[in-house]
Amino acid sequence: MITQLIQEMPRFFTYYNLLFLAQAVGTTIALSAIGCLFGLLFGCLISTVRLTDKAWLAPLRWIALLFTEFFRRVPFLVTLMLVFFVFQLSGANLPLFVVASLSVTLIASAFLAEIIRAGLLSIHRNQWDAATAMNFGLLQTIRYVVLPQAWKMILPPAFGFFVMFIKDTALASQIGVIELTFAGKVLNNKGFSAILVFGTILILYFAVSYPLSRFGHYLEKRLAPSRH
Amino acid sequence: MHHLVIKDLGAHYGTVQVLDTVSLDIARGEVIGLMGPSGSGKSSILRVLTGLTPLSSGSVSLNGEVIDYGNAQSIRNMRERSAIVFQQYNLFQNMTALENVTIAPVKIRNRNPKEVDAEARALLEKVGLKDQMSRYPDQLSGGQQQRVAIARALALKPEILLLDEITAALDPELVSEVLDTIRSLAREGMTMIIVSHEMGFMREVSHRIAFMAQGKIIECGPADQIFNAPREARTRDFVSKILKH
Amino acid sequence: MLDYTFQYGQIWPYLPRLIDGAYLALEIAFLSFCGGLLIGTVNASLLSFGPKWVARPIQAFVVFFTNTPQLVQIYFLYFALPDAGVLLSSYAAVLIGMTLNAGAYLTEIQRAGFSTRRQSEMEAAIVLGFSRWQQIRYVILPHIARVLFPPLSNHYIIMTLGTSMAAIFGVEELTGQALNINSITFRSLEIFSVVAGLYIVITLLASLALGLLGSLLFRTKLRVI
Repeated sequence: MITQLIQEMPRFFTYYNLLFLAQAVGTTIALSAIGCLFGLLFGCLISTVRLTDKAWLAPLRWIALLFTEFFRRVPFLVTLMLVFFVFQLSGANLPLFVVASLSVTLIASAFLAEIIRAGLLSIHRNQWDAATAMNFGLLQTIRYVVLPQAWKMILPPAFGFFVMFIKDTALASQIGVIELTFAGKVLNNKGFSAILVFGTILILYFAVSYPLSRFGHYLEKRLAPSRH
Repeated sequence: MHHLVIKDLGAHYGTVQVLDTVSLDIARGEVIGLMGPSGSGKSSILRVLTGLTPLSSGSVSLNGEVIDYGNAQSIRNMRERSAIVFQQYNLFQNMTALENVTIAPVKIRNRNPKEVDAEARALLEKVGLKDQMSRYPDQLSGGQQQRVAIARALALKPEILLLDEITAALDPELVSEVLDTIRSLAREGMTMIIVSHEMGFMREVSHRIAFMAQGKIIECGPADQIFNAPREARTRDFVSKILKH
Repeated sequence: MLDYTFQYGQIWPYLPRLIDGAYLALEIAFLSFCGGLLIGTVNASLLSFGPKWVARPIQAFVVFFTNTPQLVQIYFLYFALPDAGVLLSSYAAVLIGMTLNAGAYLTEIQRAGFSTRRQSEMEAAIVLGFSRWQQIRYVILPHIARVLFPPLSNHYIIMTLGTSMAAIFGVEELTGQALNINSITFRSLEIFSVVAGLYIVITLLASLALGLLGSLLFRTKLRVI
């Protein structure tokens, strides 16, 4: 069996296949990056809304809470399916990558909103009090006082989420996006042995995820060392 | 007309009643000291005045005008006329001493940055921090941080200054520099409400002292009278315990 | 924009199937969590108290399984192992894959938990004359259990949601049932919205149950969200 694998390798590792796999890796990273970049943006919005205390903003706060709980308590695959079918039935002819990016953004926004909120709330009460007593509005407090201090508590877990999310993009293969897992299925269907194909896919995911996760640990040590 | 009139003020924190029908009339330029055991509500009065803790009953009037703490604009007005200095200094950790003093006038009150900068430097010099203006809070001692906090409050040009246990978190040797600053403010005629444990200081600088316990004002009178001839039993009890030190 | 009339009535008769699927999902999550917990405890114990040479392979195991997607791990077990002569049913592949994956994450969680120690309590116990066994039973274990409970509970919820990828391999847990029913009725939005709702209910109940357990065992305060 091992000799079979070794014999198959030159046929498998052709320029065309390697290019295909490289593009798939790019798609995988892009999906996670897009999800996390927009997710940070919407996450900031959502967490800010949740921190307001005006009575008339209560409905918005509820929506923000429900959004966060929904996308954190529904499996990624189910969210993907829902978004996929909504777009399929609306007749809009969007490319699969866009549909997947949207799902990914929704999910990432919910998780990142929680990370951001935790970071903002980790800033000591007295910083908030001093700003309020000097007539700072919520946005001004966050912009001038809280966020400049909180970003160090937010970036390491947010980056960690990005690295973890790369693995979750594997599920996008189920709606046909040509990311790394889908590439594996394609190559397997073409006739290459499953051990070689999925072994390579596993190694490629590892090659992307491990260095990034080490960098994430380094970030945590540099930015938020006094955690415990 | 009195500068600040507090009438039957009541406040809750959860289910606990922290203030119970508190009334106090404060004249312009008067310095009122609030003293009492922990949990007596002294700091709560300051927090209610500045809108950090909601009141459940009673009223507060500044210069004859009632402040509606349910109205955002009204609270903003109150915060423009008063300034509070906290026990933990509450300096913004991401800004230098100078930036801490200038940020509110520039960003919140939209004043001219150059003017504010000049004023801020003068204030910091006045509190004795001429060489520490570009230091960050974590590079300053507790006493220095508290003086920055006082300068920050003064930069807002308040009519009333609220001081909440401002020396309680300081090492003993750093207390006098802060008290000196307050003494000079009192001499200049600033209306102040001071919550403190520094009995000697309170006695020296306050015109009147209110003794509080369990959210109520037990007794209020001239500083000397409270310390030498307190009328209420509880006041006598408290004063005798602290004077034993 | 969305020219679609919602017909929830059409999927109502299929509700029992969804409930069956939900039970299967919970079963898979529970079994693989238990298996993973066992693997994790053994590994973490070896890492903390075992011989030095065993650390490398365990760390390699953890690093590998936590840096690759669970989905692809199961793909490998299901499609690649047959080439080597090991034929796994889809249920077995999912179970083994999730167990190994959980084993890796739970090794990390438990290893971190084992390294926390209450120095002052330990000193008190030693001075009071506790034997090694008594130290473990009355000081070390309760403390470790308390520290480990929140991250383990959290991971359990994550695993419950993770069972949904079993559908890809034909296992008829909740998501699998949804895909089946969808291919019969084509009411995709209705079916997946109901399934989303069921997952939310399941995880809320699980969070509540675990929270209650935590507050009973460790007197931690109860919070749901």
